[in-house]
Amino acid sequence: MAAKLRAPGFYRAGWMMVGGVAFATAITWLVRMSTGHATFHHFLSGDAILSVSLISVSLAFLIGIGGFDYWFYWAAGRPTRPEDHSAHGAHSWKDYFRINTDHKVIGIQYTINSFIFLLIGGLIAMLMRAQLAQPGSQFVDANTYNGLFSVHASILIFLFIIPVFAGLGNFVIPLMIGAPDMAFPRLNALSFWLLPVAGVMMLASFFAPGGAFADGWTAYAPLSVNAPIGQTFFSVAVQFAGASSIMTALNFLVTIITMRAPGMSFFRMPLLVWSNFATSLLVVIATPFIAASQFFVLLDRALGFNFFNAAKGGDVLMYQHVFWFYSHPAVYIMMLPGFGIVSEVLSIKSRKPIFGYRMMAFSLLAIVGLGFTVWAHHMFTSGMAAWIRIPMAITTAIIAVPTGIKIFSWLATLWRGVLHLDTPMLFALGFLVTFTLGGLSGVMLAMVAFDIHVSATYFIVAHIHYVLFGGSLMTIFAGVYYWFPKMTGRMFDERLGKWHFWSTFIFMNLTFGPMHILGLQGMPRRVATYSAQFSALNLFISIASFGLGLSTLVFIYNMITSWRGGPRAVANPWRGLTLEWQVSSPPPIFNFDRLPTVVGGPYEYGVPGAVHGIFAPAPAPAGSGPSTVRASDE
Amino acid sequence: MPDRRSLGVAAVAALIATAIAIALSFAIHWFPAQASTQAHNTDRLYHVLVIASIPIFVLVVTVVLYSVWQFRMKPGEELKDGPPIHGSTRLEVFWTAVPTVLLLGIVGYSFVVLHDNEKKPAQEIQIGVTGQQFAWTYQYPPSVTGGAPLNSYQLYVPEGRSVYFNMRSKDVVHAFWIPAFRIQEDVVPGITTHWRATPDQLGTYPVVCNLLCGLGHSLMRSTIHVVTPAQFQTWIKSQTSATSSSTTGGSTAGGATG
Repeated sequence: MAAKLRAPGFYRAGWMMVGGVAFATAITWLVRMSTGHATFHHFLSGDAILSVSLISVSLAFLIGIGGFDYWFYWAAGRPTRPEDHSAHGAHSWKDYFRINTDHKVIGIQYTINSFIFLLIGGLIAMLMRAQLAQPGSQFVDANTYNGLFSVHASILIFLFIIPVFAGLGNFVIPLMIGAPDMAFPRLNALSFWLLPVAGVMMLASFFAPGGAFADGWTAYAPLSVNAPIGQTFFSVAVQFAGASSIMTALNFLVTIITMRAPGMSFFRMPLLVWSNFATSLLVVIATPFIAASQFFVLLDRALGFNFFNAAKGGDVLMYQHVFWFYSHPAVYIMMLPGFGIVSEVLSIKSRKPIFGYRMMAFSLLAIVGLGFTVWAHHMFTSGMAAWIRIPMAITTAIIAVPTGIKIFSWLATLWRGVLHLDTPMLFALGFLVTFTLGGLSGVMLAMVAFDIHVSATYFIVAHIHYVLFGGSLMTIFAGVYYWFPKMTGRMFDERLGKWHFWSTFIFMNLTFGPMHILGLQGMPRRVATYSAQFSALNLFISIASFGLGLSTLVFIYNMITSWRGGPRAVANPWRGLTLEWQVSSPPPIFNFDRLPTVVGGPYEYGVPGAVHGIFAPAPAPAGSGPSTVRASDE
Repeated sequence: MPDRRSLGVAAVAALIATAIAIALSFAIHWFPAQASTQAHNTDRLYHVLVIASIPIFVLVVTVVLYSVWQFRMKPGEELKDGPPIHGSTRLEVFWTAVPTVLLLGIVGYSFVVLHDNEKKPAQEIQIGVTGQQFAWTYQYPPSVTGGAPLNSYQLYVPEGRSVYFNMRSKDVVHAFWIPAFRIQEDVVPGITTHWRATPDQLGTYPVVCNLLCGLGHSLMRSTIHVVTPAQFQTWIKSQTSATSSSTTGGSTAGGATG
């Protein structure tokens, strides 16, 4: 038992977390006592202990499960573990519940963790729609309702969309570029374990005195500064989720820049790799800003810094600028990886090269650049200086151009192809339709005079769900079905997949479409109850949303049963050219038993004799000539 | 290989769909009552945006559906690949340049609407708005009341006169929104924000707090009464005489900063 308590794992994490609480109690008691009774009536304060515990217990957990072991040994000058790769790979389900340095294991950890939070976030949405089915209070009071939509958005943004893309990227990117793993496997492992910490913290806020954080995921000051202690859970959880994002983005960047296989020039990279490269640039530049915005709130709350207290010279609009400087690029962080997935799926399922490959890559970089110049379009009605609206409206309209290039190029990729209309393809095609709607309403919102009417209404709720559900989630489903055979070694049930697509597509439009009208008609978002004139549409939306919720169960059932007992997947079920399809399903522990060399583009479908990667001969590298692997050889 | 006949069918279907969608966009009752001159401009802008968006959406859907119809894999094509078309510089330049011009054109038009909506008229009255959790109060300065400043929970404005709202917050950020006027702006602690509108239709319309401001946010609603100038004067008189100077005096007339 003593060995178990000392070895990295959940036992050690357990007693260390208790130590974390003790530390928080001691440090707050010390500080308050040294300041004296003139300042504090009580030297032990529940809120103070809780605030510090959120940080210390989380760090204790991460240390306990072994996230920092290697670096601690190294920093202490003690011998680090020999590189025997003993922590690599998964041999039983237990290997998914420990620090694991294999990018494929981490990719699956990320993905499953994210989908658990999708289910929780979706359940919260069901509660919200139950509340909104009729005007007046149905199930929950206003405070709980405000907590529900705040946690719903925070969970689905920080614990689902952003990390599920990072998870798919984690699994696929090293395989696609011909690398044995990520550049920093230990950092990779740590970045995953930050996520459950952040997620549990956000959910735990429901049990905090005063309820969950209830100021929206935007947490505008000064409302958030004076909110109950639940708000601190958000401020701290965002730090952990953000740190995870940044670590993974750095890892992606270094991996993509330095670990590409011989011959894999930037312009031979699959667009999924390009899109994660672009996303990672956004993450490392933008994420520190939301960390800063939440640190400001935390310091205001805990220590009275008055950053946002107008009466003490604080600047309320400052919060919004810093917040949106991250949170607008975050919209692209939540979309660009999906663009990559759609490019992969559409090309391979149309059996044609992606149309305008270089423009597809350049348009991603254009979005990265322009993405940093549009943040204040979230603030057209904020009371900021009026002139800022003009340049921000122009850049917002212009950022639709690179997005339009992508849409048109995807359509041209379909043209004259041989379309395989299976589940991943259906989701990619569905994405084209719903995301175009979200994009068009986005262009409308760039028009200041119109935005002044609908800003912060249900029109915005409709728009963001067309972008994040109709956009991001459709691509996530496409990607999960597309790589399911590679990740699990099994095939999914195609019939259930089609059911899932059609029910999702139909109910998604029925749920979010009518919200446009509600917003135009004058219904504010983030309200626990509403004026009776909106009741008919709200009832309709609630019923449709329950259908949407049920459609997800089809997906979950399909994934679980197929993983347990689906037919074995061959290495290359889609006859793809990119490298991940040239290795077994699931791939060998170090990905490539034979080293790949890249000799051509990734999407050369229909080009006679085209090859993307060739592999060194199997048994001995001293063999004769390289053998070619072609997609059509399968 | 797409044949002429199917392309023709698709083109006709797309045109019909566009026509139906545009007709629908006029038939749908998008907006609440139009009660300000600004509302007319904003609604027209919205209709232009919808009509401009419809052909783009129809184009995308048509290409998707046409591809599904014509290019789907037929039995025996399991191993067939499409033609290796890598791109077309001409097409790519086209769909970069044309949307750019369209977008700049439409954003330019929206600036014209914005300018019209925010233009300062020769004469206007100023009314102060104070937001606090979870109610609105309104301050009529002496220039409007002709006597002592008036502080009221009710909002009356005269028809046909431009109203300039000077908005302050006592606690957190609110948003002062009158959907029938199509205008809102945040009410921010520490600064005074403004918007103007010219009411042009008699009636009572909702006033809504449109920025999450705490527990009572969803009930932070009020009403604006658009009345004739004569009725407005009568109302002002009734208020100033009904409320002694002790309750109205000392109110910081929000209009002062205008």
